[in-house]
Amino acid sequence: MVQFTLPKNSKIRTGKTWPKPEGKTVRKFQIYRWNQEDGENPRVDTYFVDMDTCGPMVLDALIKIKTEIDPTLTFRRSCREGICGSCAMNIDGINTLACIYGLDEVKGDVKIYPLPHMPVIKDLIPDLTHFYAQHASIMPWLETKTNRPAKEWRQSIEDRSKLDGLYECVMCACCSTSCPSYWWNSDKYLGPAALLHSYRWIIDSRDEATGERLDNLEDPFKLYRCHTIMNCAKTCPKGLNPAKAIADIKKMMVDRVV
Amino acid sequence: MRYLTARKRAEGKGASRTGTQHHWHMTVSAVALAFLIPVWIFVFGHALGQPLDGVRATFARPFPAILTGLVLVVGMRHFAMGAQMMIEDYARGTARKMLVIFAMSLSAVIVACGLFALVKIAL
Repeated sequence: MVQFTLPKNSKIRTGKTWPKPEGKTVRKFQIYRWNQEDGENPRVDTYFVDMDTCGPMVLDALIKIKTEIDPTLTFRRSCREGICGSCAMNIDGINTLACIYGLDEVKGDVKIYPLPHMPVIKDLIPDLTHFYAQHASIMPWLETKTNRPAKEWRQSIEDRSKLDGLYECVMCACCSTSCPSYWWNSDKYLGPAALLHSYRWIIDSRDEATGERLDNLEDPFKLYRCHTIMNCAKTCPKGLNPAKAIADIKKMMVDRVV
Repeated sequence: MRYLTARKRAEGKGASRTGTQHHWHMTVSAVALAFLIPVWIFVFGHALGQPLDGVRATFARPFPAILTGLVLVVGMRHFAMGAQMMIEDYARGTARKMLVIFAMSLSAVIVACGLFALVKIAL
């Protein structure tokens, strides 16, 4: 059955409160911490950051905390401009990218947790192994049977425009980890991100494996666990709409039958 | 503890090649009920509060009787399929299978009892 409470060793307790710096614009950050090596339960540490010397984004504050206050704080980051998807985390109750989420968008204390319902490796780093394996399972590449053309696979401007709103996905996992269906059945349900990528290849005019791709999705769990809850579209930091992509896959499935 | 690769776990037992019929039947029955239920409520409301003979006379007419039969069959079919989906969301293993069987059986019993009652009132 679905578990509605955390296991005993996952219950979060109050952690350390770090010293408050001097300054007029000090902001409070409450950040989830967990290190499997110390064998203790997760905790929420409290930090104070002087906003006069901090950048405008949540990631700027995290980097400042790591650099100046607590070097043990662990999180992923790379591009700092919403392209790599590394710094996905739950900020103020919303799954988003820390690098493009402004501190001015958060009212009151800034609460930061790892992406929900994923195994945690350390602090704000979730284990995305299964998520990436699901992405690989939808064959995220061009499948062709016709001999490769001498120059290139041609595509009309209209067909290329169908990929807009799909190819921009950076696989940050914000959508999948905001989906209750994915929380309860991620072992079988592919989740919004993998399905959005799957649709991106299904409607690619150059791809010749449309039937096989649809066959591999036709399953009560892999595809039809989506109940159009729309959390994915609401939370996507890139403004994409995975729920619409999933609905379009369902329409194609029905078109094959009726 | 099993030494399975991440890809093997993600693939699982593969796609069952089913699910579209279920999705299509839910869509069709939902559309049908969107039309059936308001009309049925109107008919039922008309019969509500009438003496026994009046109720019998209402459901003895073809339109209210057939409409009530359709609401029972289509509604309970929709309920059973919806309940199955909800159970699959939240239950696992044997409990999932048992609950699905229970929901299907319950809807079948309700349809049978309802049709029996309808025939008894109408005839």
